[in-house]
Amino acid sequence: MEENIEPMINEETATKFNAKLLSTHLKIENGIAKINAEGIYYRELNTILRTINGNGTKKIEIHNVFGQRYIGTDLKGDVQINIYGTPGNDLGAFMKGPRVVVHGNAQDCCGNTMDHGQIVIHGRAGDITGYSMRGGKIFIRDYAGYRVGIHMKEYRDKRPCLVIGGTTQDFLGEYMAGGVLVVLGLNLKEGKHHNTNFVGTGMHGGTMYIRGKVSHIGKEVEVVDLEEDDRRLLRSLINEFCSHFGFDADKILDHNFHKLIPVSYRPYGRLYAY
Amino acid sequence: MKSYLSSEYIVERDQDRCIRCEVCVNQCTYETHYYDSEDDVVYSRNENCTNCQRCVAFCPTQAITIKKNPNFYRENANWTQEAIMAVKKQAETGGIILTGMGCDKPHFTYWDRLLLNASQVTNPSIDPLREPMELRTYLGAKPDRLEMDMENGDMVLKTKLALQLCLETPILFSAISYGSTSFRVHESLARAASEFGTFFNTGEGGLDRRLYEYGDHTIVQVASGRFGVHPEYLDVGAAIEIKIGQGAKPGIGGHLPGEKVSEDISKTRMIPTGTDVLSPAPQHDIYSIEDLRQLIYALKEATNYTKPVFVKIAAVHNSAAISSGIVRAGADVITLDGVRGGTGAAPRIIRDNVGIPIELAIASVDQRLREEGIRNRASIIAAGGIKSSAEAVKAIALGADAVYIATAALVAMGCTVCQKCYTGKCPWGIATTDAWISKRINPEIASKRLVNLLRGWSLEIKEMMGGMGINAIESLRGNRLHLRGVGLTDTELKILGVKMAGD
Repeated sequence: MEENIEPMINEETATKFNAKLLSTHLKIENGIAKINAEGIYYRELNTILRTINGNGTKKIEIHNVFGQRYIGTDLKGDVQINIYGTPGNDLGAFMKGPRVVVHGNAQDCCGNTMDHGQIVIHGRAGDITGYSMRGGKIFIRDYAGYRVGIHMKEYRDKRPCLVIGGTTQDFLGEYMAGGVLVVLGLNLKEGKHHNTNFVGTGMHGGTMYIRGKVSHIGKEVEVVDLEEDDRRLLRSLINEFCSHFGFDADKILDHNFHKLIPVSYRPYGRLYAY
Repeated sequence: MKSYLSSEYIVERDQDRCIRCEVCVNQCTYETHYYDSEDDVVYSRNENCTNCQRCVAFCPTQAITIKKNPNFYRENANWTQEAIMAVKKQAETGGIILTGMGCDKPHFTYWDRLLLNASQVTNPSIDPLREPMELRTYLGAKPDRLEMDMENGDMVLKTKLALQLCLETPILFSAISYGSTSFRVHESLARAASEFGTFFNTGEGGLDRRLYEYGDHTIVQVASGRFGVHPEYLDVGAAIEIKIGQGAKPGIGGHLPGEKVSEDISKTRMIPTGTDVLSPAPQHDIYSIEDLRQLIYALKEATNYTKPVFVKIAAVHNSAAISSGIVRAGADVITLDGVRGGTGAAPRIIRDNVGIPIELAIASVDQRLREEGIRNRASIIAAGGIKSSAEAVKAIALGADAVYIATAALVAMGCTVCQKCYTGKCPWGIATTDAWISKRINPEIASKRLVNLLRGWSLEIKEMMGGMGINAIESLRGNRLHLRGVGLTDTELKILGVKMAGD
């Protein structure tokens, strides 16, 4: 019994399967691996990505992406992936290293527990963007959904940054433990505030910079004025944001920003009777 | 505010026996004992004593006895000492009462009302001392059917089998996080699991890199806070467990107080020292079975389908339906943690009142999965205060594949279940991250004690199996005919799927 227990995919089948997939869906042009994702499931797409990642390919284009999940997960090293279409949930989940550019919208859970790397989205993102990310950067041109940046955290040189061009829905930065979250509100009409409730509930680390006002802030959050260091950080992030999406950084910065920080690093220290 | 709380325990010292060696003074991390040089006497502050028995065990002259404070409030079956003390403590602090370890109330135990069978006359019992007894257990999805091929006259298995974890005994060490306990405790568990051929679970605080060498015997946990979760961590373990809930605190998150977050803990959890470590109540990327499937497959993708994925839930009212969803979501193993499950810190009110007993959960989940024809698609691990090999055997006969133990493992290392883990000052050096106190655990010795425990229980399991005429643990799994109930109602018997004793 014992010797028969082995992984679900045996190597021989996997090689045949890969060879067929690679021949029908992959082309290499000028050192760029071009994948046609039309009609293939995420598991097949990711098998192709893993195979070419293992070959040391540095530039990958994926065309006709239509909801395939987990793109960028389990890829190693410094690789650039351009996605055309709509990647599915968990784009870049547990990702460590790659730079992903989405020419389209992302769905839910983009950058889930991301460790390192970069995701740039020329469009909008769904709910739970950047959940628990602890490193790397995510730039979103338009707006994002609910529960964005929940439980982002930082440690030493790992400081995740999440920049959103538009606005977000409720529970932004809830339980935030570290990192930098920037919400620019570029899609808000003049005089309108971010209709975002419970911002930073349970926040105990990190910083949020919000351009304009938010409707409701969690009780663990303090709003303070920006200092010189904040402006420097904000400028560098917004410059980077604008380099991706072609906005005017000065125009964005010429506006009222609010800095949100936790009231305490131990918000629930007094919750218990010892 | 003057405290109206009285000491729970009285330290009695036989002054004739006491040699003023101050061992008790040094051993008690709650500063119960102190030496007065003027009087040349060791005195005690009764109010600090938790009755952990550390001083008693280490006193070279057996001079110390700890007694329950006889100075109780007036006897009252309703307003017990505990009830009155709890109200007074909350009146003084306005906080949630914390506790440690599993539920200490007697009202949930079914183990004692389930009795095992033995062979007499008509089917011979088996003597494990002279016949082979198979305890080896494989955890993971099993195929719906097996197809064989003939190759050169030999039968060859054609069906591709899913990933399996191989255990030499149906017992694993349950999740105990690095942070709630020290590195030395983790090392002891890792070494014992490797030596005996089973697994230990990291809990939700990550895994110190020094323990990566034990990765083949490690189950790495992914919980709502995602502390210490990164690609290397996922890759190093033999399996990944998604923690949805814990028997001691179903439905709530965890708060590791900042005081316990030392330099080492901070490195592994990847958060700054001294900050509170807050695990949200839900995993915010899982609000449905479909979302759970998404995380299961995110983890499988992240590890290229090389690790089985466990999903751990607290046993609650609708565990059976949830478990069906978990299997359909693609989990390889379901962990059920019952109401008596242990913890390093939980609100007492949650620990003692939320969840259901593990016995009922195993029976109902196993039954439901069988009825739906999907029992083979995932293994079941039962957890939650399993204190003896007999309870492990009963859990397996009710339908579990294996059991998780954590409190029993800590007791083997020295824990006396004083329930003060949340203070971080454990005098036995277990539930602490203090560099000085944690030296009381020597991984060399502690892992030996753990291996001895596994060996002892395994021998006992073989004895019980032999008595029943069973020579492989697989034949016991879900074999409820070998159980009989005593003192149970018809409904209880029906849910447990066992007959009344005598029937």
